[in-house]
Amino acid sequence: MTASASKSPLLEVENLKVTFSTRRGLVEAVRGVSLSLQPGEMLGLVGESGSGKSVTGFAITHLLDKAGRITEGRIRFKGQDITRAGGADLRSLHGAAMAMIFQNPRAALNPIRTVGQQIADAILAHRRLSRQEAQAEALSLLKAVQIRDPERRMSAYPHELSGGMCQRVMIAIAISCSPQLLIADEPTTGLDVTTQKVVMDLLAKIATERGMATILITHDLGLAARYCARVVVMEQGRLVEEAAPLTLFHRPQHPYTKRLVAASPTATSRIEDLVPGGERIPLVEVTELPPAPHGTPLLLDVKNIVKRFDDGTIGVADFSMAMRGGESVGLVGESGSGKSTTSRMICRLIDPSEGEILFDGQAIGGIPARDFHRSELRKDIQIVFQDPNDSLNPRYTAFDCIAHPLLRLMNMRAGDKLRQRVEECAERVGLPRELLSRFPHQLSGGQKARVGIARAIACKPRLLVLDEPTAALDVSVQAVVLQLLNRLRREDNLAFLFVSHDLNVVRMMCDRTIVLRTGAIVEQGESGALFANPQTDYTRELVDAVPHIAPPMAVATA
Amino acid sequence: MNTIGATLLRAGRRFVSSLPALFGVLVFTFLLMRVLPGDPAVFFASGPNAGKEEIEVIRRQLGLDKPLPNQLVIYLADVGRGNLGRSMMTGQAVAKDLKERLPASLELTLTALLIALVSAVPLGVIAALRPGSLVDHGVRLFCSLGVCVPTFVSGLLLIYVFYYLLGFAPDPTGRIDIFTTMPPSRTGFLIIDFLLAGDLEGWSAAARQLMLPAFTMALFVIAPLARITRASMLVSLGSDFVRTARSVGLSWWRIVVTYALRNAILPVITIAGIVFSTMLGANVLVEKVFSWPGVASYALDALLVSDYAPVQGFVLLMATIFVIVNLLVDLLYGIADPRATVA
Repeated sequence: MTASASKSPLLEVENLKVTFSTRRGLVEAVRGVSLSLQPGEMLGLVGESGSGKSVTGFAITHLLDKAGRITEGRIRFKGQDITRAGGADLRSLHGAAMAMIFQNPRAALNPIRTVGQQIADAILAHRRLSRQEAQAEALSLLKAVQIRDPERRMSAYPHELSGGMCQRVMIAIAISCSPQLLIADEPTTGLDVTTQKVVMDLLAKIATERGMATILITHDLGLAARYCARVVVMEQGRLVEEAAPLTLFHRPQHPYTKRLVAASPTATSRIEDLVPGGERIPLVEVTELPPAPHGTPLLLDVKNIVKRFDDGTIGVADFSMAMRGGESVGLVGESGSGKSTTSRMICRLIDPSEGEILFDGQAIGGIPARDFHRSELRKDIQIVFQDPNDSLNPRYTAFDCIAHPLLRLMNMRAGDKLRQRVEECAERVGLPRELLSRFPHQLSGGQKARVGIARAIACKPRLLVLDEPTAALDVSVQAVVLQLLNRLRREDNLAFLFVSHDLNVVRMMCDRTIVLRTGAIVEQGESGALFANPQTDYTRELVDAVPHIAPPMAVATA
Repeated sequence: MNTIGATLLRAGRRFVSSLPALFGVLVFTFLLMRVLPGDPAVFFASGPNAGKEEIEVIRRQLGLDKPLPNQLVIYLADVGRGNLGRSMMTGQAVAKDLKERLPASLELTLTALLIALVSAVPLGVIAALRPGSLVDHGVRLFCSLGVCVPTFVSGLLLIYVFYYLLGFAPDPTGRIDIFTTMPPSRTGFLIIDFLLAGDLEGWSAAARQLMLPAFTMALFVIAPLARITRASMLVSLGSDFVRTARSVGLSWWRIVVTYALRNAILPVITIAGIVFSTMLGANVLVEKVFSWPGVASYALDALLVSDYAPVQGFVLLMATIFVIVNLLVDLLYGIADPRATVA
């Protein structure tokens, strides 16, 4: 940036290269990154997994794993070369000059030390105070990060706090010695949209108040655009583009940035637009099916189901919905809203405490979940799980994973017919045939997601329950998977029950949307209308919390 | 506080749930002793030439002529009244014998465990701080040797070096040499009783007597403790919260001890409990080598002469101690880990 070159930058990184020594030899994670940061500036560092964005952050703060090493380049902080700083220099740097907040805030806090003690530890590391003074200071920091009931939280342990609260505590620790630079590594990944907004607003406010320069490392372009004045995009260890967020979104220069911008769902994007021209999966011409003849039963009719847990808490209270064949319905809400519990009751993995579930006119709510696998209808209701890593048996090859439901539910035998069917499914989800013999750990995240989808459609189900199917995927992979799901739905006239916390994805994928809160339906209706014009405050809050890229959005660091 | 109450409640529940197991141990040992070959009546007859009638009389005195279930009921009723039977070997009540010998065993085992913990935890921490280094390999070698060499060999070796060659250690027989007057028995633990009596000379004599057998036992259990410390320290040092601690510039000591070690110590507590119970029962070899008047060597002697009552009493005692140790571990866990009360 030419304008900022006149002032002396707080941080300068020149041609930084970081190498990791792994079992398979040296891997270069960062290959020549240069960037500079002015005091008080908020810089977004955006990229997908493996882009080296976090490694860059850890290299700057000298928190790299033992296996990682800065092989080349220079890091200058306030004009001083800190590339090879060690020992005492590093200790005074850490916390006092630069601090970091991390992804997964609960794991980042010591589980057996109270929150107050941990903040006091950080204060005492750099200042000569008595333990009491440090505790008092810690309390005022907790107030600064707007934790409710700070006096009581002082003696709380991390497991007693919610994820958002843990992140606030982490922020309190990070700012305890007033550093001039804060590096936030995916600070809100894994938090609800509303919590994300609150935490990010707080972070931006504190940074502005204290004149703290911030590097926001994130995979979410929208988030970076909302809070940062300048955004840097990384791909495979290199910087590919640097610009103001609006320029970046409206006139991306680099092909990778173009792909990334297109893949990020926005309030107006359509499934077809997510993947740029050349790589788009050709949409098959699907003739609209004639409406089902009169008198056909609803595909799914859920009547007043309730889920009470053993300890008396109510997970879902009085939930009803109906679906026709081929329809797609979205289920959204914050964590703890009961959306996963509801979807699991409907796909008969857990039992409802009360109420009725009719599938194709047959009551299935009464069949214990334990025995439902023997039901004729099991193959009609299939599930795609959230985590493609954990939901595949690590000892099954991709082929075995897809063949398993065919063997168990369709009574197929091992042989040519089975092989044909599995290969057909793999082809439909775009999984190359040669990958079928691989084990899950030999597949990428996107490939694993495809295996999970192929497994779910192998038995030709009529209802597919998708529980956050793309939450663990990079946006560009998510874009392709969403397109794939959309095509499969049209081709097979599948009905989708789509559970997600990502409102933009639900809006694109679903005809209708149901908003849940603490186990009860808050609002429902046609997706487009519901998101464009929410009727309840809660839905509006959810919609507003989604970081948008639209031009009129105010930039928080202004 | 609330957490302590919850921990106590949990410990109480654990204790109640372990009672059936204790009962099972009781019945099982009883049956096992009856199945093993050897007839106590023959052993305790006046001599090898004792006639059939004499043996029959002894058998009737011992109640061995009654059917097994009857014997079991009588035995259980006695145990219920706190009567563990009479040892044919010593002629005393088993409960009294055990009570006299248990402190000796406990004193030895606790000292050994203390030595083992004090050396194993730092060794494990050092090894974890520099994995793959010379220090790490040195610790590994030391641990392997400790496990490979049987206690009676390492015991004899220590005696040879420290008693025979160097002369540091006293005559390795028993808890105290015959010239020292015994302190009034209050706890049964000699080093405590001497202190209570204010007899420092006696105390140092007892402590010196204790060192060789205690080190012999400690050598054997340092390995599992050091390995588990190293493994859980490695996990702890690689965790996110240690990274956080580094990111705010805490001192090295704070990071390693307060953050990493305090979290890593939880599995060590569990293993230490198991190690302690094992040591108490399995230290018969050490007791034999050092002529230590403990419960394990008492039980072994009794077993060799088919003296039922002491063996059954010993097994019951061990099972009870095992339950108590587990309870203690539970309580410690509840104090060391605030999350334990939630689970």
